[in-house]
Amino acid sequence: MADETSSPSDAQSSAQDAPPSTAAQPLGEPLVELRDVNKHFGDLHVLRDINLTVRRGEVLVVIGPSGSGKSTLCRAINRLETIDSGEILVDGEPLPQEGKALARLRSDVGMVFQSFNLFAHKTILDNVTLGPVKVRREKTKDAKERALALLDRVGVGNQAHKMPAQLSGGQQQRVAIARALAMHPKVMLFDEPTSALDPEMINEVLDVMAALAKEGMTMIVVTHEMGFARRAANRVVFMADGQIVEEAHPEEFFTAPKSERAKDFLSKILTH
Amino acid sequence: MGDYLSQTWELAREYDVLGAFWVNIQLTFWAAILSLVLGTALALMRISPVPSLRWAGTAYVNVFRNTPLTIIMTFMVLGLWGQLQVTLAPDFAGNFFRLAVIGLAVYHAAFVCESIRSGVNTVPIGQAEAARAIGLPFLPAARLIILPQAFRGAIAPLGNTLIALLKNSTVAAAASVTTETSSLMKTMIEFNSNYIYGIFLTFAIGYVILVIPIGLLTTSLSTRLAVRR
Ligand SMILES: Nc1ncnc2c1ncn2[C@@H]1O[C@H](COP(=O)(O)OP(=O)(O)OP(=O)(O)O)[C@@H](O)[C@H]1O
Ligand SMILES: [Mg+2]
Repeated sequence: MADETSSPSDAQSSAQDAPPSTAAQPLGEPLVELRDVNKHFGDLHVLRDINLTVRRGEVLVVIGPSGSGKSTLCRAINRLETIDSGEILVDGEPLPQEGKALARLRSDVGMVFQSFNLFAHKTILDNVTLGPVKVRREKTKDAKERALALLDRVGVGNQAHKMPAQLSGGQQQRVAIARALAMHPKVMLFDEPTSALDPEMINEVLDVMAALAKEGMTMIVVTHEMGFARRAANRVVFMADGQIVEEAHPEEFFTAPKSERAKDFLSKILTH
Repeated sequence: MGDYLSQTWELAREYDVLGAFWVNIQLTFWAAILSLVLGTALALMRISPVPSLRWAGTAYVNVFRNTPLTIIMTFMVLGLWGQLQVTLAPDFAGNFFRLAVIGLAVYHAAFVCESIRSGVNTVPIGQAEAARAIGLPFLPAARLIILPQAFRGAIAPLGNTLIALLKNSTVAAAASVTTETSSLMKTMIEFNSNYIYGIFLTFAIGYVILVIPIGLLTTSLSTRLAVRR
């Protein structure tokens, strides 16, 4: 793996050179690496030669217009979508094809979805303990204790015995974060975690995410929340038409975007 | 109407009508359990990530759903027992009963499979993705997340399949189960052709009495157990 680490992309060096963000930890070795990744949906080329390295402890925000391939990128990293060519490595290991090895890799990659996707027939507590008990083979008692601690941490400890449908969207999304954290993931993926939420609930979720970032969790976050990006991200990646068009430190990206596409996009999301 | 009822009463004392219904209930009971197991396995095959399993599941459903039950039941006796000497019980009656149960089960499993699949369609795709994302392989994800929700969404179609199975259990006559209702009805008509309306009424009412509770039960269960989203 030595040759990969010694060939950082321009974007990374620009991120390193940029003024330090609020996420204080120094960045470690590459944790998620995408190399020449291509993906089609039929004739549609949704990921074009994506090269991206996310280092341990880094918080990466992915931003871009609808249909630019952000979700596909996220989903490819834990292989909810297959890729046509190229390579994706998590912690130095290439993504396994199927079966046990893939399941194990997925358990190391936490995923938070736009639509929460809590298991609808299980209580909040069971949602959080299911993975540790069934995948990690932890003792039910230990898993419960940890789950309750995690639920407390995201501020929904008092809802543990309710069903998902009884919680607000913001609460459900925080449970979804706790459910992912319960697996001790190496990296967390967030695919527009706040875009299905009523405005008054967005911040409660972003606060949990920002706290997570501060603790040094490696995160890849698809979001249009500029406040979060400025507050918590080390780097912003701007995607359009399946390509990475621009990578920069958040402050730099939002105040002085370089590409026309990014300028155009930002002017649109800034007007409302 | 009064005439028919008195005819019915007379016949009911002369023939073991309740016993005949009991045979159909037993046929239905065992075939329901077998077809539920087989149908669930087929549904799993049809939603599995393995193309050959999906193909086999689809092929099974298309073959058995489109073959008349009478032909399957006749085959059970003439093909399995007559030609291949498949014997499932020491006595004739027991053997034919079991062959009939299997015939009913393999036929209705196709419908159970499709009912469960319609239940699977009520489960949002995000549930399966979340299950995969925490590292559950296909079978545990199906067992813990997909099927429990799918069954709740499939109660109504499963109830309809059960009702069809109960009524179709009369086709066991084609598998030489001679003690069940339609066989008894034929015998009764043969010897009491003047009571034909009474005889029809007896069996029609019997089935209505059996079927109505199934319908009521499944309707109430499917609303009570519905997954709130
Ligand atoms: N399963 C699929 N089958 C076919 N096309 C798909 C599929 N999923 C996504 N696409 C298409 O691929 C393109 C990229 O989709 P993707 O969801 O990755 O975009 P996105 O950047 O996340 O957009 P949004 O901001 O709307 O979520 C879109 O044009 C979309 O219509
Ligand atoms: Mg998306």
